[in-house]
Amino acid sequence: MEKLQPILETKNLKKYFNVNAGILHAVDDISVSIMPRKTLGVVGESGCGKSTLGRTILRLIEPTSGEIFFKGEKIVQSKSARMREMRMKMQIIFQDPYSSINPRMTVSEIIAEYMLFHKLYRSKAEVWNRTAQLMNTVGLARRLANAYPHELDGGRRQRIGIARALSVNPEFIVCDEPVSALDVSIQAQILNLLLELQKEFGLTYMFITHDLSVVKHISDEIMVMYLGQCVEKAPADDLFRNPRHPYTKALLSAIPVPDIRTRDKEIITIKGEVKSPINPTAGCRFAGRCEFADNRCTQTDVPLTIIGQNHLCACVRAKEI
Amino acid sequence: MKETLLEVTDLVVKYKTDLETVSAVNGISFNLNKGETLGIVGETGAGKTTTALTILKLLPERVGIIENGRILFEGKDLLSLSERDMMKMRGDKISMIFQDPMSSLNPVHTIGAQIAEALKLHNEKNRTKEQLETRVDEVLEMVGIPPSRKGDYPHQFSGGMKQRVVIAIALACEPDLLIADEPTTALDVTIQAQVLMLMRELRDRLQTAMILITHDLGVVAQMCDRVAVMYAGELVETGTLKDIFTGERHHPYTKGLFGSIPKLNGESKSPLSPIEGLMPDPTDLPAGCSFYPRCPHASEQCLLKQSDAILSSTHTVRCRLFGKEA
Ligand SMILES: Nc1ncnc2c1ncn2[C@@H]1O[C@H](COP(=O)(O)OP(=O)(O)OP(=O)(O)O)[C@@H](O)[C@H]1O
Ligand SMILES: Nc1ncnc2c1ncn2[C@@H]1O[C@H](COP(=O)(O)OP(=O)(O)OP(=O)(O)O)[C@@H](O)[C@H]1O
Ligand SMILES: [Mg+2]
Ligand SMILES: [Mg+2]
Repeated sequence: MEKLQPILETKNLKKYFNVNAGILHAVDDISVSIMPRKTLGVVGESGCGKSTLGRTILRLIEPTSGEIFFKGEKIVQSKSARMREMRMKMQIIFQDPYSSINPRMTVSEIIAEYMLFHKLYRSKAEVWNRTAQLMNTVGLARRLANAYPHELDGGRRQRIGIARALSVNPEFIVCDEPVSALDVSIQAQILNLLLELQKEFGLTYMFITHDLSVVKHISDEIMVMYLGQCVEKAPADDLFRNPRHPYTKALLSAIPVPDIRTRDKEIITIKGEVKSPINPTAGCRFAGRCEFADNRCTQTDVPLTIIGQNHLCACVRAKEI
Repeated sequence: MKETLLEVTDLVVKYKTDLETVSAVNGISFNLNKGETLGIVGETGAGKTTTALTILKLLPERVGIIENGRILFEGKDLLSLSERDMMKMRGDKISMIFQDPMSSLNPVHTIGAQIAEALKLHNEKNRTKEQLETRVDEVLEMVGIPPSRKGDYPHQFSGGMKQRVVIAIALACEPDLLIADEPTTALDVTIQAQVLMLMRELRDRLQTAMILITHDLGVVAQMCDRVAVMYAGELVETGTLKDIFTGERHHPYTKGLFGSIPKLNGESKSPLSPIEGLMPDPTDLPAGCSFYPRCPHASEQCLLKQSDAILSSTHTVRCRLFGKEA
């Protein structure tokens, strides 16, 4: 059998920012590989580098070092027709679609924007036909075609963002907190839509969120990030059943579960809060908050190691705790 | 018998501007006992914050109008109190925590000064300066912040620390009632867990009654004794935690809310059961049940004004499906 090729791969991807206080390690050596039609969930707390990772993969920001491959082909900074075509196959959906759309454009103009820009169709009529079809696909009523985004609620605005991303027939979509700003009933509508679209069009997702129930629901595999690094990566069910990194354990235990039987469950509280990612010192970046830390944790960097099937963890004590 | 602390009856609140009239709260009634925690859950625009602001009489002047209702606090009618008496009430007896900690902290004063101010304003006027400082240290310690940091300004604190300071200020005068409006929504989950544990511990120690406003059913399950589910300005279902979180007899909206949240033990990638459609326009609410345009059980009877069906001494549902049992 032919070996399946990942849709997206990163190798040792890094993005550092120069800031007043030093060098900020926003994304620090991330290697991922996402197979076709699968979803990689990326979780972690505010500022751990999730959005920077997503944007760097699409080269909306230039990586400091490392490589990105789309279907085995290296993505480089170039305006060649080939690169433009490949990058069109990779799209992004933002938390607040409003911030990435021109408020003076109507719904149908926004959805048609990329198709017109990339000259995907020969005639305007074809573009409008396709726009109408996309509105239908994402569940936007036709009568909204001439509405302005500010007249619409968050859920509908998110549908516009999704329709626009779909308009260029992408294969890979980075979803950056696409439901975080929405009410739960609307959030559920959008999650269902994303799952349906994945099935129908064979899409591959990188799904960024800080909501652990959402990530569990939508992902095949989950990566937990802490201060720019991956501390644990595993199949979704496995990660929730058998978290091994102390940070993952704390994170999962902190979820307020909507079930009264778990009311007095034990929460692993971690002291303090996420440190600054500026000029980090060697060693595990979680060590300062970790109840299991000993001197091994702060001497040298802790590599991600295989601790089970498809299960990676960056903790020297993963096997003992 | 438990002692009633707060009694809200038939409250109707509207926002009236030149352009429109928003029906934000449409006839809600509930009680809160001493030491008890009531969760008010509902989605954006349901009227949760308006309810809180009404109890504190902090509605925007001229725009926010209480059209009907009575609010009794320890038997006293809050709506007929003068602003001066109400101010005293807000200091000594009822405190509020807002969602955004920055809105309640002053950026140009130190953390310590702001806590001292809260203490002075309220019941601790006769303390000497030293006594006051000791008390500030105690309050900071109570929320897990080293007193050595009281000279810091709010911007030097992280979001979680700021919210803990806000909680410290709200609890400094040991109020009988704390109204917390989405106190942890802006926080990361591990910090949220810290803050919720802190609130739970202080509430239990000080015997504070609490109204916890949230859209997160998980937070409700972990924190509350009783729950009121709010939709379009009405309480569509109220009950004990057990009434709301177990059993089959619920308002269709409550069922929709639970169906919308991904379950941690559920099947990955299986479809959720969301509520179709959107919240109704609060300037133009449907007649009768305001949920019927989205309700899978809607029928003609839903166009009539609904009353509460009493399912048990603790559990009520405002839906005709249960009407015969009322
Ligand atoms: N353009 C920039 N210049 C300097 N620092 C930046 C820049 N963009 C991001 N950062 C920093 O990089 C780190 C990672 O930020 P990022 O937005 O990727 O985090 P995140 O995980 O998406 O957080 P959130 O959950 O809050 O969205 C943060 O410390 C942030 O302050
Ligand atoms: N000052 C105001 N003027 C006019 N309308 C207002 C005002 N404040 C609130 N509203 C409206 O009143 C209704 C109820 O708002 P409220 O803030 O009480 O809802 P909420 O349940 O707290 O929502 P959220 O979950 O978003 O905080 C909404 O339709 C809102 O737009
Ligand atoms: Mg982000
Ligand atoms: Mg509110």
